[in-house]
Amino acid sequence: MTNAVVLTAYLEVLALSTILKGTEIRVKKFNKKFPRFEKRQLEAQSMILPGFILMLVFSYFPMYGLIIAFKDYNIVSGFMGAPWVGLDNFKEFLSYDRFYLVLRNSLAINILQLLFSFPVPIIFALLLNEMKNAGFKKIVQTISYLPHFVSWVIYAGLIHVLLDPRGIFNSILMLLNITEKPILFLGEPSYFWMIAVVSGVLKGFGWSSIIYLAAISGVDQQLYDAATVDGAGRLQKMWHITLPSIKGTVAILLIFNISGLVKTGFDQIWMMHNPLNMSMSETIEIYVYKMGLESFRFSYSTAVGLSQSVVSVILLTVSNFLIKKVTEESLF
Amino acid sequence: MKIKITGLRKKIELFDIFNNLFMIVVILITLYPFWYCLVGSLNQGFDYLKGGVYFFPRVFSLENYIIVLREKVLLKAYRVTISRTLIGTATHVFITALFAYGFSRRYLFGKSFYSKFGLVTMYFSGGLIPQYILYNQLGLLDSFWVYIIPGMISFYHVIIMQAFFKTIPEELNESAVMDGAGEYRIFFSIIIPISKPVLAAIALYTSVGHWNSFFDSMVFTTSTSLQTVQVYLMRIIRSIEHATAMAREASDLMPGLQRANTETIKLATMMVATIPILVAYPFFQKYFVKGIMLGSIKG
Repeated sequence: MTNAVVLTAYLEVLALSTILKGTEIRVKKFNKKFPRFEKRQLEAQSMILPGFILMLVFSYFPMYGLIIAFKDYNIVSGFMGAPWVGLDNFKEFLSYDRFYLVLRNSLAINILQLLFSFPVPIIFALLLNEMKNAGFKKIVQTISYLPHFVSWVIYAGLIHVLLDPRGIFNSILMLLNITEKPILFLGEPSYFWMIAVVSGVLKGFGWSSIIYLAAISGVDQQLYDAATVDGAGRLQKMWHITLPSIKGTVAILLIFNISGLVKTGFDQIWMMHNPLNMSMSETIEIYVYKMGLESFRFSYSTAVGLSQSVVSVILLTVSNFLIKKVTEESLF
Repeated sequence: MKIKITGLRKKIELFDIFNNLFMIVVILITLYPFWYCLVGSLNQGFDYLKGGVYFFPRVFSLENYIIVLREKVLLKAYRVTISRTLIGTATHVFITALFAYGFSRRYLFGKSFYSKFGLVTMYFSGGLIPQYILYNQLGLLDSFWVYIIPGMISFYHVIIMQAFFKTIPEELNESAVMDGAGEYRIFFSIIIPISKPVLAAIALYTSVGHWNSFFDSMVFTTSTSLQTVQVYLMRIIRSIEHATAMAREASDLMPGLQRANTETIKLATMMVATIPILVAYPFFQKYFVKGIMLGSIKG
């Protein structure tokens, strides 16, 4: 606890001195111009303060807490007392016999999810844009957003029910003679990736399409009119006008998606994994949770989580760089 | 020439037919899981086990709902979820709007510092364990406030709000300043009433987040009295024993309900947790869309 207090004080002083150093001179100049300025400034700063403290405590303190990844932390020793162990925790993770499995599952689920959940909303938005009946279009949109607002607990619950041996999915498969006996989908490791990807796409495609629809609505109508005169068909216009016009939005969202590549949503996988499909469903997140809060290996699980974040930041930077090269669009 | 034109027109019509059919399929795929769950939950438990209840209840019964709504733990969980949603949303919107307004002032010192300070919180985090240790030290573990306090600010929402505040004409402020109003006065009596659309959008996002969140309840609380509906539901979906126990308990209470089975109780519990969202959603969805648009202008 004392460490935390010292750190707060230190960061506060650091923050304040940064603010004051650069602004002292400007304050004086401003005060001459606007006599009431000082009071406004204080008021504005006091509005910032609660949020600032909250971010400091709940975002920055845990970042400082990451040092336990390089220590052998336990509740008794505390932050300071814990001995430094260097990279031992990371080495242990690398030599863990299921390391390959956990990493493979995380990467595979994410890459597959990116491959499908990225293009589907774009195609959906393009098709929605082609709809002529405005009322029906609105209904489709409203309904397609709905699953986004339902928690993964419930959505995964629905998936469980649909894929149940007695559920409708198995009945259809048996009706079509694709399978003789009902399949226990969530107990069969080989189906897990497919289920995770499909349910992820189904839950999110509608909501993700909004941003593309907004971009499409900004396309200059004259372009379409000109193309019509030139005899272009609907699909041609889609391909040659709409798609190139939303290229920028697509690029930005692609960067976001790639940077999230190592991070699977915890909620979804947590709700769908079970001891039977573990070999294909255990991702880094699940592993971090289990090591940290079920086995109480605080330092080790922090190290695993930290390695994941590092890979994530590298991916973000690389994808940003590559996409900047290709499309001249970038986040930073 | 004439043939070519009719040919073209036919092609267009065909495209429209396929497109509309495709959209109908999309609607069915999206809505059917919910319908299936509703139908099952309204079916008599024992009969459901025979399978084949896909489109309408075969033996209509409300007994599953009676059992579920008699469950005291669920009602308690509902109370926790509702209070965290109300308190959490109110405090989040207030603190975030206050920050965003201060942040949107042009004369604010340290603006670029605050902006970097906030952006870092959007992309980096200490991760689960450091968070857990911090909450432990702050005494937030197994306390109701763990739902509220850490979530009181989001820099992403600050960006959305201050983009909106910037569009408010400066003259409004200036005239208020002439009349001797301070920034707090301006914030409460001018900014908040004007910014209702953006505040509503943020409030809705936040409340959906609170309503659906289960991770914090699962990880940071242990007592049943702090369990939220989602965690309660998660435990039911992930463990069949729980629902079995519930059915046994119910059949002890009411001998007539002995046929009730765990599957349909599970479905009814899921429906009870989903219905508030299904009912509220059509009324609020335009605000959600507005919110994401506001975000994308800046983003």
